[in-house]
Amino acid sequence: MAIEIKMPALSPTMEEGTLAKWLVKEGDSVKSGDIMAEIETDKATMEFEAVDEGTIGKIVIAEGTDNVKVGDVIALLLEEGESADSVAAPATKDDSAKGDAQADEQKPADKVEDSAHPAQEKVETGARQLFDAASNDGRRDPEIPAGTEMVRTTVREALRDAMAEEMRKDDRVFVMGEEVAQYQGAYKVTQGLLDEFGDRRVIDTPITEYGFAGVGTGAAMGGLKPIIEFMTFNFAMQAIDHIINSAAKTNYMSGGQMRCPIVFRGPNGAASRVGAQHSQNYAPWYASVPGLIVIAPYDAADAKGLLKAAIRSEDPVVFLENELMYGRSFEVPKLDDYVLPIGKARIMREGKHVTLVSYSIGVGLALEAAETLAGEGIEAEVIDLRTLRPLDKQTVLNSLAKTNRLVVVEEGWPTCSIASEITAIVMEEAFDDLDAPVLRVTNEDVPLPYAANLEKKALIDARRVVATVKKIV
Amino acid sequence: MAKSPAPPAVPLTNRERPADPKPFEATKEQLLDFYKHMLLIRRFEEKAGQLYGLGFIGGFCHLYIGQEAVAVGLQSALDGEKDSVITGYRDHGHMLAYGIDPKVIMAELTGRAAGISRGKGGSMHMFSTEHKFYGGHGIVGAQVSLGTGLAFGHKYSNDGGVCLAYFGDGAANQGQVYESFNMAELWKLPIIFVIENNQYAMGTSVNRASAEDQLYRRGESFRIPGIQVDGMDVLACRGAAEEALAWVRAGKGPVILEMKTYRYRGHSMSDPAKYRSREEVQGVRDKSDPIEHVKKLLEAQGVGEADLKTIEQEIRKTVNEAADFAESTPEPDEAELYTDVLVETY
Repeated sequence: MAIEIKMPALSPTMEEGTLAKWLVKEGDSVKSGDIMAEIETDKATMEFEAVDEGTIGKIVIAEGTDNVKVGDVIALLLEEGESADSVAAPATKDDSAKGDAQADEQKPADKVEDSAHPAQEKVETGARQLFDAASNDGRRDPEIPAGTEMVRTTVREALRDAMAEEMRKDDRVFVMGEEVAQYQGAYKVTQGLLDEFGDRRVIDTPITEYGFAGVGTGAAMGGLKPIIEFMTFNFAMQAIDHIINSAAKTNYMSGGQMRCPIVFRGPNGAASRVGAQHSQNYAPWYASVPGLIVIAPYDAADAKGLLKAAIRSEDPVVFLENELMYGRSFEVPKLDDYVLPIGKARIMREGKHVTLVSYSIGVGLALEAAETLAGEGIEAEVIDLRTLRPLDKQTVLNSLAKTNRLVVVEEGWPTCSIASEITAIVMEEAFDDLDAPVLRVTNEDVPLPYAANLEKKALIDARRVVATVKKIV
Repeated sequence: MAKSPAPPAVPLTNRERPADPKPFEATKEQLLDFYKHMLLIRRFEEKAGQLYGLGFIGGFCHLYIGQEAVAVGLQSALDGEKDSVITGYRDHGHMLAYGIDPKVIMAELTGRAAGISRGKGGSMHMFSTEHKFYGGHGIVGAQVSLGTGLAFGHKYSNDGGVCLAYFGDGAANQGQVYESFNMAELWKLPIIFVIENNQYAMGTSVNRASAEDQLYRRGESFRIPGIQVDGMDVLACRGAAEEALAWVRAGKGPVILEMKTYRYRGHSMSDPAKYRSREEVQGVRDKSDPIEHVKKLLEAQGVGEADLKTIEQEIRKTVNEAADFAESTPEPDEAELYTDVLVETY
């Protein structure tokens, strides 16, 4: 029986990839450890090794094929004594049911496939739902001039473009972090920057978060404009002392004498099945600190326009990205210098029955929920906060005055959250506008579990948003 | 206790090292200048201690008494146009060594609007960007990474400057110090790491907290050379600074100076200093006082009792005026509570 070689998942978020190159051909014999192919994920080109011994009987997916789904059979390996003629190429697995979370949910994983190795290549996870929803576009930002050409851009490229544009403009701007230069970024956000700007301005650091956060902060105090990349904000816990005690407070403690114009950026929030220590939303932590600016963009246009604003700011900025969003594409206006205002929320969808307030990846779910609700005659207004400190409470209050109902959607813990803060503001400043209590849709109040079913239960989804809205509308 | 410098570590012949520093050969004018600055720090700190006792100064107040030769000796060697300085919370002496007006320092200690941080920083958080003095930091060891960042800036901007980053024997055990050592040497940053070893991290003596108590050796695994210096001798301090600056300015990367010194007072004003005997403190005062040392050198150069007395009187007057100013100048306007949180308006 020939062995099916399947498209491998080569990163926690990989759903599909490009079979860039075959390094073996039909008839070649391979043994464990031989490199058979090069596969491109959205982050990198990876080598794919053989596990079993045998002869390549058939190459099912030709090199150069894009969008090969994880789990699709890409080649057949013949065991000793088998001939190529005896095996037929299997049909590509039918993907029509993909995305139908409910259907999959009811099917125990071990019954999905009946081959020798029960395949788990398509596991429904909480992150998957966040990821799927994170492709929802908001309405076009009315601030963008009519007739502006829009270019489909990934969040990753938008962030890179923002840094490159600001680095071209201002020699004081530099990027420092782990793997930002030669490796081209752990998540490829700094791709190409080393080539353009050289190693004076794109600097690989040792694994030394506390140290290099301090070095960046000191450089900012001395007059430079550092962009400090954390591989993830989980690792910035090592450095939080400098972010808060050194960067955020110095201007105040010095009576306005010492500036600290620095950007701390990197992915934040839950990724896909990376466990509790790598899955946390730090937005409420940083947003509680006076002296910091905290930004958490949703789409690519905001990622670009707000990162440019962050780099230009004279204040220290914590810029929270989301790993699941990096590969998502959105319309970005083709303008020479697209800079957005810090501290301004954005109405992503207009509605009159209920206001959904969110930020970062939660906006995708809010938009998805709004679409579902619209089908049932409930018009939800979706607000993307964009900046979490200072918070644009006026946009929230204006919307509430119109809808009289409010739900906060937050991919993060409930306790002492941005949702708690919005709730308090609404109580204090708009009590009379409320026709129902403010409700929160947040992650469960537990460390994020690894098991796919538990992770899914722990993370927010659009279904919960819809159900919560229905309680008050 | 200020011991004489330890014998040099086993020489590592495969690496270039800075030469052994020579005591600085000061002119009479330079000696007088050192004396005045050190005496100003001594009298200023004594007055600050007094004002603390009277309730004019609150919170934490860490006095520099006993350590005066370090800041004065080292900073006198810097190029004020280019070089930067950063330190921890025991920062009054470093500011006075720069010649910053004692009035604005004392007014900061009393929390007044005329203070150098407009009353919003206090004893531990004072800065003078004009003098390239970057604070004044309250988290033990933070200034080492921040100083490495200042040095990074000197190199990035190619401005010829060197950063002098002071920290204590206690901070020398913090992890970020070694993260900074690594990057500073890796990138050959222009920085002098100055360990002011006053023998006690609050109440814990160096021997009780440090596996390697010869702190000048702490850079060895990063290939950073270290020099142990008699921090009670201003000429030794200045001489070491000259040697260290020559090394760093030649692009050879960082260097560590371990300044063996001693603080006479408690860690802060609220420290009863029960961890050492009165005799120990008195012994250092009698045998190694940095100011008495310079006084003797001045006398040997023919400066008479009367001249020294005049200097003493002038300094007491300056300090008293600073104290009077700090007691009487107004507190910050209440509106200042909300200023300087952010630079820009959003």
